[in-house]
Amino acid sequence: MKKLLAATAAAALLAGAAGAEDIKIGVILGFTGPLESITPAMGTGAELAMKEVTDSGKLLGGSTVTSVRGDSTCVDAAAATAAAERLVTTDKINAIMGADCSGVTGAILANIAVPNGIVMISPSATSPALSTAEDNGLFFRTAPSDARQGEIVRDILKEKGVSAIAITYTNNDYGKGLAEAIQRNWEESGGTVTISAAHEDGKADYSAEVGALASAGGDVLVVAGYIDQGGSGIVRNALDTGAFSTFYFVDGMVGEKLNENFGAELNGSYGAYPGTDSPGATKFQEMAAAAGFDGTSAFAPESYDAAALIMLAMQAAGSSKSADFAGKVMDVANAPGEQIFPGELAKALDLIAAGTDIDYVGATAVELIGPGESAGNYREIEFKDGKYETVKFR
Amino acid sequence: MDFLNAIVALLNFVVIPATAYGAQLALGALGVTLIYGILRFSNFAHGDTMALGTGFVILFTWWFQSMGLHFGPLPTALLALPFGIAVTAAFVLLTDRVVYRFYRKQKAAPVILVIVAMGVMFVMNGLTRFLIGVDEIRFDDGARFLITANDFKAATGLAEGLAFRSTQALTIATAVVVVAALFWFLNRTRTGKSMRAFSDNEDLALLSGINPEKVVAVTWIISAGLAVIAGTLYGLDKSFKAFNYFQLLLPIFASAIVGGLGNPLGAIAGGFLIAFSEVGFTYAWKKVATYVLPESLAPDGLAQLLSTDYKFAVSFAILIVVLLFKPTGLFKGKAV
Repeated sequence: MKKLLAATAAAALLAGAAGAEDIKIGVILGFTGPLESITPAMGTGAELAMKEVTDSGKLLGGSTVTSVRGDSTCVDAAAATAAAERLVTTDKINAIMGADCSGVTGAILANIAVPNGIVMISPSATSPALSTAEDNGLFFRTAPSDARQGEIVRDILKEKGVSAIAITYTNNDYGKGLAEAIQRNWEESGGTVTISAAHEDGKADYSAEVGALASAGGDVLVVAGYIDQGGSGIVRNALDTGAFSTFYFVDGMVGEKLNENFGAELNGSYGAYPGTDSPGATKFQEMAAAAGFDGTSAFAPESYDAAALIMLAMQAAGSSKSADFAGKVMDVANAPGEQIFPGELAKALDLIAAGTDIDYVGATAVELIGPGESAGNYREIEFKDGKYETVKFR
Repeated sequence: MDFLNAIVALLNFVVIPATAYGAQLALGALGVTLIYGILRFSNFAHGDTMALGTGFVILFTWWFQSMGLHFGPLPTALLALPFGIAVTAAFVLLTDRVVYRFYRKQKAAPVILVIVAMGVMFVMNGLTRFLIGVDEIRFDDGARFLITANDFKAATGLAEGLAFRSTQALTIATAVVVVAALFWFLNRTRTGKSMRAFSDNEDLALLSGINPEKVVAVTWIISAGLAVIAGTLYGLDKSFKAFNYFQLLLPIFASAIVGGLGNPLGAIAGGFLIAFSEVGFTYAWKKVATYVLPESLAPDGLAQLLSTDYKFAVSFAILIVVLLFKPTGLFKGKAV
């Protein structure tokens, strides 16, 4: 009996490896909603990795990978769950690259991914709460938890010699988690938080919110919001009323739009978003430029890495089924093994097929820790002459 | 010096924003109260009339801008305003013709008209989104500030800055002019007087030979004009987003009811009362208190009565208190 079982298992494995199939990966991002200005680059980043693998013809005996897009809306958990449900039941996707915002990611994970046993790798959900979410080992993220961002914020503000900060955050899982992480780290290091107040997205008028922030005072206003939403509204009003002149921008706030909307008014402000100076980042930017999109756009490299990890794990497990390859994600992402950079996915697939261990470095120097989340590299930016530039990496 | 700083901080974060917001609410509430006083129903479509009208104004503004037409330091939208009002008034008259007139002929109960108005509201809601979309649109141009915070600090040497945006000044000035014109019209002209007569006693007004269709038409035109002006000022001062106008409906109705439905003076008082309460209750008074009070009394906390999340709850609370204790409103309007 044992022999028979082993034989069938081996046969199934062989069949899986030999039969080329069409693998579908769901790309669930907020193509509409508060992150709509950065999600196109994220989606394209993920699809760039899929195209690379398909073109190589080396995944699981020449399987092709197709992307199926779904709209997470970033804020509407019901709509995001419905989109994910459709991709899983109708399109029969093998894995999910997404979602983007923490709230909808938690909803999709709990309602769709876990019940259906689908692997989910988010490029940008950063809420600390997701580290402890019930995931049956199916959830990973190439973005660091905001607990890490809290430390980064503290380090940067300390270096700038700031003593008191005011925090405004968008009223959802992401904003709340991040604000708490920042406040905890900052107060532990002896700094003062004068106020930590939520703002609602999508309002026309933030004068009451800014009035409260201004009254509390502080050297710097930490804006933990979205660039296309309330975050920009708060900054606009704070600048207009002269309430604050220096801002700290978290990852969700850094984008080309800040330059467009505010320009020189922000000179002297600073912030940080996930990014790295590893050779992979430069390589990815070149590939992105060749493909016609901006590779420095926030979370675009993370998206490429998330998609790449899914496919490499499939190759390592010799199967495109989530249940089989979920356990391989950490193996391909971490040392030991041969380092893999963006554009080298074909080589990685060859190495895995040959039985060599790989260490996927990718565009963001991926190193998955703890429950499967990125250890976190950040790109510190500063505004000079009306636009932001990278000053260093952390 | 500290006292001056306190006054400036108060002006900057409470008085100026609340006055501009109050003027916008008052203009909106005037439209609601006119319809209620003369046509005798609560026009829930008013918020979306504001959105639709502002949408027309934005389209005209873009057209003028594309032709290189500008209004000096003032926003181009002011030039577009009369055209926006004309189109909106025509649209509202059409609505009256195809929808409301039928129910008026039937002498339908006010509550039926309210439901009809909600239907109109949903249609306008959709039309606005087709016309201009759901996104946030900024259409202010010209000079942004009369006084900037930094200039003020440099000029006076005070620690607190005072910013006065040109759109805020424009809002207040326009509101004063419009309200003055409206009161002159209602109290001094023949049409205005016949409108008030119609509002006070419909049968008596009809007996004395007042043409009801004319009164109704003029009422719609004026209320559309008020809606477009209020909507455009709000959009210029803040930003245009169709959904925000729908949300404005609550504070506008609260203003009209608090002041006394059907009473124009009440609508204005109600508008400012709601605006100042919303800002005042949610403002953190710490800074002002620290300036004014002796050091031993200065508050450690923020001295904030309500978190800013509860801004809309303030209008609700005032509305309920007024309805409980003075259902006709502060200025003796009609009972709701």
